[in-house]
Amino acid sequence: MNELMRRLLVLPEQRSTVAQDIDTLHYFVISITMLGAVAVALVALYFIIRYRRGGGHSENRPPDERSGHALSGIPYWAEFVVIAGLLSLFVTWWVIGYRQYVRLQDAPEDSMEVYVIGKQWMWQFAYPDNTRSNGVLYVPSNQPVKLIMTSRDVIHSFYVPAFRIKQDVLPGRFTAVWFEVTEPGTYDIYCTEYCGAGHSTMRGRVIALAPDDYMRRGEDDDAEQLGYRGSGYEVPAGFQGPGSYEEPATIGQFTRRPVTLVEMGERAAARHGCLRCHTVDGAPHIGPTWARAFGSIITLESGQKIVVDEQYITESIMDPLAKIHGGFPPVMPSYQGLMSAVDIGAIVHYMKSLKDLPLDIPASPLPLDERGLKVQPPVIPGKLPNPIPEPELPAADRTGDRINGRMMNERTDAQPEETR
Amino acid sequence: MSTTLWLSPRDETGAPDAVLPPDYLQVEKTVRSWLLTVDHKRIAILFLIGITLSLILGGLFALLLRIELLTPERTIMSAMGYNRSFTHHGIIMVWMFMIPSIPGVFGNFFLPIMLGAKDVAFPRLNLASFYVYLLGSAVTLWALIGGGVDTGWTFYAPYSVDSPTRVVPVGIGIFILGISSILTGINFIVTTHTMRARGITWRKLPLFVWSIYATSIIIIVATPVLGLSLLLIAADHMFRIGIFDPAVGGDPVLFQHIFWFYSHPAVYIMILPTMAVMSEVVCTFSHNRPASYWAIALSSLGIAFVGFLTWGHHMFVAGISTFSAGVFGILSMFVAIFSAIKVFTWTATLYKGRITFTTPMLYFFWFLFLFVFGGMTGVAVATSSLDVHWHDTYFVVAHFHFIMVGGTLTGFLAALHYWFPKMFGRMYSERMGLVASVMVFLGFFFTFMPQFLLGNAGMPRRYYSYPEHYQWLNVLSTGGASILTLGLTLTLGYLIVALVRGPRAGRNPWESRGYEWLSPTRPPKHNFVTQPSFERGPYDYHLPE
Repeated sequence: MNELMRRLLVLPEQRSTVAQDIDTLHYFVISITMLGAVAVALVALYFIIRYRRGGGHSENRPPDERSGHALSGIPYWAEFVVIAGLLSLFVTWWVIGYRQYVRLQDAPEDSMEVYVIGKQWMWQFAYPDNTRSNGVLYVPSNQPVKLIMTSRDVIHSFYVPAFRIKQDVLPGRFTAVWFEVTEPGTYDIYCTEYCGAGHSTMRGRVIALAPDDYMRRGEDDDAEQLGYRGSGYEVPAGFQGPGSYEEPATIGQFTRRPVTLVEMGERAAARHGCLRCHTVDGAPHIGPTWARAFGSIITLESGQKIVVDEQYITESIMDPLAKIHGGFPPVMPSYQGLMSAVDIGAIVHYMKSLKDLPLDIPASPLPLDERGLKVQPPVIPGKLPNPIPEPELPAADRTGDRINGRMMNERTDAQPEETR
Repeated sequence: MSTTLWLSPRDETGAPDAVLPPDYLQVEKTVRSWLLTVDHKRIAILFLIGITLSLILGGLFALLLRIELLTPERTIMSAMGYNRSFTHHGIIMVWMFMIPSIPGVFGNFFLPIMLGAKDVAFPRLNLASFYVYLLGSAVTLWALIGGGVDTGWTFYAPYSVDSPTRVVPVGIGIFILGISSILTGINFIVTTHTMRARGITWRKLPLFVWSIYATSIIIIVATPVLGLSLLLIAADHMFRIGIFDPAVGGDPVLFQHIFWFYSHPAVYIMILPTMAVMSEVVCTFSHNRPASYWAIALSSLGIAFVGFLTWGHHMFVAGISTFSAGVFGILSMFVAIFSAIKVFTWTATLYKGRITFTTPMLYFFWFLFLFVFGGMTGVAVATSSLDVHWHDTYFVVAHFHFIMVGGTLTGFLAALHYWFPKMFGRMYSERMGLVASVMVFLGFFFTFMPQFLLGNAGMPRRYYSYPEHYQWLNVLSTGGASILTLGLTLTLGYLIVALVRGPRAGRNPWESRGYEWLSPTRPPKHNFVTQPSFERGPYDYHLPE
């Protein structure tokens, strides 16, 4: 039945955990819609034929002198019942639909997180292990994946028909969407918010790999070896296969290993001067501490309670005075246009890594050097104890900020433009 | 329905032709008398000409789009050409055709007559409204010809702030068109309040007037907000003030809120006048009272009111809060309830009527089907989880075209056929009317039914190129569009023939009890020779005439 209706309505295959439930509601709503339209039309047609002039039916009808309409005998409660029935039908749709919508909005706690950047006209994906890909999003199947998305230019929208998910991707703030793929395969990504001349070419693919294959994807350099060529997916020209590492960043002059997103966030926070006012060990300073901040509920100056999440952090970076944490002075400058999307994403991730900091760490003020940067690196459970040397400021990070008046430009992403 | 009705013996013209004053077309014939007229009927004719030209122009852009979409890649134009074409199609159809169509033409012509008035309350303002419309159209078209604009008719920021195309002149053109709507809206409201003839109480107001009145309220409340949003876009575009552009501190979602605060009610500016026409058509041709006068009259006001509280359903995936999405979802369903009340009442009006089946009645029948289907898909897209899949796909395109074309265009055609005898004093060929009407319906159905399926399959709107598996539905849709074009061309053809050579129409060819049919055909300059008595109501088919 599901398959029949799906094919009749030309719906894509259902490859996320939410897809079939949403489609079931779809069948219910569309069937009633079609029945309703046809029923009203048939009733009208019947009346038009039966009560046509000269049809012998109505010519001699004595008109109702009181109101003049033949229906005036119908009691009001009957009309009320019809309207109330219809309203309850609509409200039923709304209740089911809204519950599903809430489910679509709330990512499970254990989701794997991928950062997504939309730009005219391609998608870029950054994974927690600091691999990146363009145009193709690699995810494990049977595991929830949360995409934390932003745009570098205009509004885009991330849409995967087979998953029944869609979320606008906005410049200057982060939005999130999540899904759990039920079967390995390749699925189309479309941009669904009009974004200019190349809008219809802003497509991509999700490649869902079985969890084991996903673990191995860094080792195998070719999608063909994983057997996905046969499933209709062709490796786009210029694409270097899954796990195509960027040139690993250097730390100091000695180490040469991939930098984790947490480390990138730490470096970005230091570079942009965040740590002059925000501590990472729980001590309040000029601004609130980042330790245990993410996911906590704070009270704003206005008395309103708010959860510190990606949206709040991003908003506070862009427009710090909009929602001030109670008890702190309104002194933070806006970083609108000064910080790249990658840096913001990395900082958010860094803050997340601090959210489970044990409470027994002494809440002492951080010693600061003359530039206002912290001297001691934070102690983060599960991380290497080696202090990471103060990073040199790469020249590229300073210049790439504003091109054509647009914010969030990076220079480091000179990957092949894979736009299909 | 035979075509002999226009010579019906029931046509008692009050006075023989010889003593009638010259009608509004004959009273003066100079070009100057047309350009400086303050007669609401002549202004309506001027609007009719402007609006028909806009419809043709907007339709040509639609055809170009459909031809381009025949193949997955380039067919006849570049991506930029395509993006401009759908923007121009939308702008012309929304602001130059649909919004002024029924109010500007039939509202202007018949609202004063239905109130027993000589003219609208402010005749010179009425003429100004036409010239402002002309100016707005000229500015818009000048901008479209001189490069055009590629933002889509929705002007979403920050794309519209950055677009290298002529956003500012087009915005100014639409701003001016908005002023024209406001002038018309004010005129209708004041006329309805102050110009009613003795005997026409609020309880005896024709349903057409009720709906146009509700439309006018929406126009004067919502249109200034449109003007505001377009001016802010223009300011952002020219001076980079940073209202909507996040690169300089703006909020792009704010634009969507402001824009849809106007543009959702604008949907009701387009559909309420159609409901106005259909309420008249169904009563006249079933020769029956409306099953419930107050249900139709008050549901128009209900739609006008609730319509202002639903704009957020355009933004379920734009990043608004989950709670807002829920509230906007449920509020949207109330609009459907008011519309459903209307649909039930129209259908019940047919019950035990004495129905004559004519071209306007056929349009009413198509409208009933298309509006119920289009309206119910509106409830479907207000269901938040379903909207996530459908948002910005062809499903939404199909849904609003069911309302806009299946509603507004159908209503416009029904009104044109229904009032043609009164406006021009001649009859068109009933047979041609029915044939063209069937073509319009079939063409429409096959244009937009495949688009629902395209949306289900996930094809995003505003796509110049698309994956090949969407092609068969696109070809089907283009096929439907060609039938629709043929039907509309045929309509234009036989109506022009009827203007010149159609048989003379009598005062009341449809045997309606509507007040406008009490005036002579064609109405003289001041609508009535002697003020008729309005003792009975406009739908008193149960009383002897």
